[in-house]
Amino acid sequence: MTGNLVEIRNLRVEATTDADRRVEIIKGVSLDIAEGEIVALIGESGSGKTTIAMTLMGYTRQGCAITGGEVHLAGVDMVKLSEAERAGIRGTRVAYVPQSAAAAFNPALTIMDQVIEVARIHKLMSTAEAQAKALSLFKALSLPEPETIGNRYPHQVSGGQLQRLAAAMALIGQPKVVIFDEPTTALDVTTQVEVLRAFKAVTAQHSIAGVYVSHDLAVVAQIADRIVVLKDGTVQETGTTSEILEEARHPYTRELLAAFRPKAQQRGPEHEDATDGHLLQVDNLTVGYGPRRRDGQPLISAVQAVSLKLDRGRNLGIIGESGCGKSTLARAIAGILPAHAGDIIFDGRELGKAGRGRTRNELRKIQIVFQHADTALNPAKSVEDILRRPLTFYHGMKGKARDARVSELLDLVHLPKSVRHRLPRELSGGQKQRVNFARALAAEPTLILCDEITSALDTVVAAAVVELLKELQRELGLSYIFISHDLSVVEAICDEIIVMYRGQKVEEITPNRLAAPQHPYTRLLFSSVPKLDPTWLDNLKQNAEEVRAYCHQ
Amino acid sequence: MTRATLSGRFGMRLGYRFNLIGMSALSIILLWSGVALFAPQIIPHSVGEIVDTDYFGPMSRDLWFGSDYLGRDIFSRILMGARYTLGISLAAVSIACFSGVALGMTAAVAGGWFDSMLSRFLDALNSIPSKLFGLVVVAAVGSSIPALIATLSVIYTPGAYRFARALAVNVNTMDFMAVARIRGEGLPYLIASEILPNILGPVLADLGLRFVFIVLLLSGLSFLGLGVQPPYADWGALVRENIGGLPFGAPAVIFPSLAIASLTISVNLLIDNLPSRIRDRSAE
Repeated sequence: MTGNLVEIRNLRVEATTDADRRVEIIKGVSLDIAEGEIVALIGESGSGKTTIAMTLMGYTRQGCAITGGEVHLAGVDMVKLSEAERAGIRGTRVAYVPQSAAAAFNPALTIMDQVIEVARIHKLMSTAEAQAKALSLFKALSLPEPETIGNRYPHQVSGGQLQRLAAAMALIGQPKVVIFDEPTTALDVTTQVEVLRAFKAVTAQHSIAGVYVSHDLAVVAQIADRIVVLKDGTVQETGTTSEILEEARHPYTRELLAAFRPKAQQRGPEHEDATDGHLLQVDNLTVGYGPRRRDGQPLISAVQAVSLKLDRGRNLGIIGESGCGKSTLARAIAGILPAHAGDIIFDGRELGKAGRGRTRNELRKIQIVFQHADTALNPAKSVEDILRRPLTFYHGMKGKARDARVSELLDLVHLPKSVRHRLPRELSGGQKQRVNFARALAAEPTLILCDEITSALDTVVAAAVVELLKELQRELGLSYIFISHDLSVVEAICDEIIVMYRGQKVEEITPNRLAAPQHPYTRLLFSSVPKLDPTWLDNLKQNAEEVRAYCHQ
Repeated sequence: MTRATLSGRFGMRLGYRFNLIGMSALSIILLWSGVALFAPQIIPHSVGEIVDTDYFGPMSRDLWFGSDYLGRDIFSRILMGARYTLGISLAAVSIACFSGVALGMTAAVAGGWFDSMLSRFLDALNSIPSKLFGLVVVAAVGSSIPALIATLSVIYTPGAYRFARALAVNVNTMDFMAVARIRGEGLPYLIASEILPNILGPVLADLGLRFVFIVLLLSGLSFLGLGVQPPYADWGALVRENIGGLPFGAPAVIFPSLAIASLTISVNLLIDNLPSRIRDRSAE
């Protein structure tokens, strides 16, 4: 024992599948964490990063078991302890901040009750002391109105605040190690900056060691002292943050780094002479939910008088935080959610507002690809059935010709033919998204609306999907409307970018003018995108007034 | 796992896991179905024939389950009764679930006033107590097998409708439904091809449960004398005929009750232990 706070030696975790087969998911991992050090576990989904982090609490998910190795936490082997002894350590020496704080809070109790629960369970201090301690933590985490925020219920605070409150809950028992399980993945970039700052300050202040699980290298670069790169349950590479960022040795780490720097769009001038009018023109589109009010406006309007233009063979990016109306706009263009007012002119002809009012050919030419391939693909149908339907429906294909076309489509999206008979749940996230895309291609559209299609994917997989989109555009002459909150993805593929805020278009920019955005919200958004530079967060200076104005709170 | 039984391994080869309870329940159901199909060939005595000199006779080598209140062979009467109980219930449950599920999915997809009207109408139908409804119908049109089937299916359609609609509403919010709609698909495709495969499992389980309710309701109606009419008798009617034997502990009243219990409990156990598909198939 060399006195490290956490020493994991040759850890093995096995899972039992429903066919009673045992699969080793962690294959002999060793790692150390010194006191006050923050170590990041990084890797794609399924690489075992969360599983390893959980073993610090002596916990494995249902169906899994630690089958070998040691997990020493301050000299105690968590593997050998009884469940009751582990319960005594959880919350006091090791604590956990979950990915989705919204799901981790009980909506029926006030925040304060839940934050001080740990202190109550372990009888660490009196209620009054615990509340005072919570208050100091709220202040340290720069939460607004720290005196009263504890009296609210979880739904009364924003996602970023809830994430910081989850951290307060973890810290109240004064743990030595905190596990952060992708705590900012579900947040907008502008909120992420605040949350990261708070985490960094509070861990430094109390000299708490941390395990930071993430797949976002740039976020990790801001907060971690050391980075452990994982793949398939084994450690690929370990090093200090700057070592990993500057002189990564392992090919997988390099791939991860490369994925983070998408190649800028190389675009020939041949598209410039497109003079046959715009492919898509949207004028003053207003979309909303609920019944119409007396003045003809919808009860809740999600998109207010947005206009845009898109030329043939070009791409338009729409960015903005969640809830800004970008997805609603796409749904209105596709006809899923009929617009209340405004015009959609496609290929020189005005389209009906609702999909029902459009001809089959008009529907065929605009295809939409959704963010979550899990819900966009019918789980009861095989890949083949999913791809066959648009071929039959739009092109009347049958039998051999249709089968040949299905093979072609799978080829186009770089999927092996063996996936034909599989069900969506038997595919990986990236594969599902490719099938999702292939279904849109089957219709032979001229415009594809991509609604956050890379957001649910790992960096490496997302980069591959973006490459695929570019390639298909070259081959098939498609146009994309690319909706995302991830600026780097949009930048990589789009000719023009629209920034939306609260249902309105605030700015329209081209990538070469990216450096000089005019609107304050755009400036804030662009400056909030984390960079690989480890000093980025410390050096980031944002106009405090702008932050207040646009970060809701 | 060490508990992997022979039956378990057999099921696994087909890509499904089927436990022992489910298998025994299934075999009892299959046994009764076989009995219902081949009853006329296997009954030892004619159902109407008085074979015992005593009534409520005990179990004997000749009369396995004893004799009834007229001295008829109760074993033969149970075997023949299986035809009525299973046949009527199966017909009724099929009609009830088919119409309920079809209407439920249509209402979920169509929405709007069609959904509201249909839901309120079926809710109203649901609010009539089932036995009372059966009494009124039988009083009005008399008891016949088609009338019984129709009554039972009408009674159980609203429940099947509610169940299917609740499931279909969830599926309806999925993105793949939006994709299919915006492709321009019509209602029949949407319900048959996109929704039905996703709700089939629960719907089948519901069908089994509803089958049990119908068996019990039919037995109840028969017990009240409104079901199958003499000289034929389903299991419920057999219990009613021989209820007078209860003070004597006559097997004639116990065995029909056991038959009802064995069928309904087996169906219930089968539903709870349906074969589940094994997702991890790379072990093969």
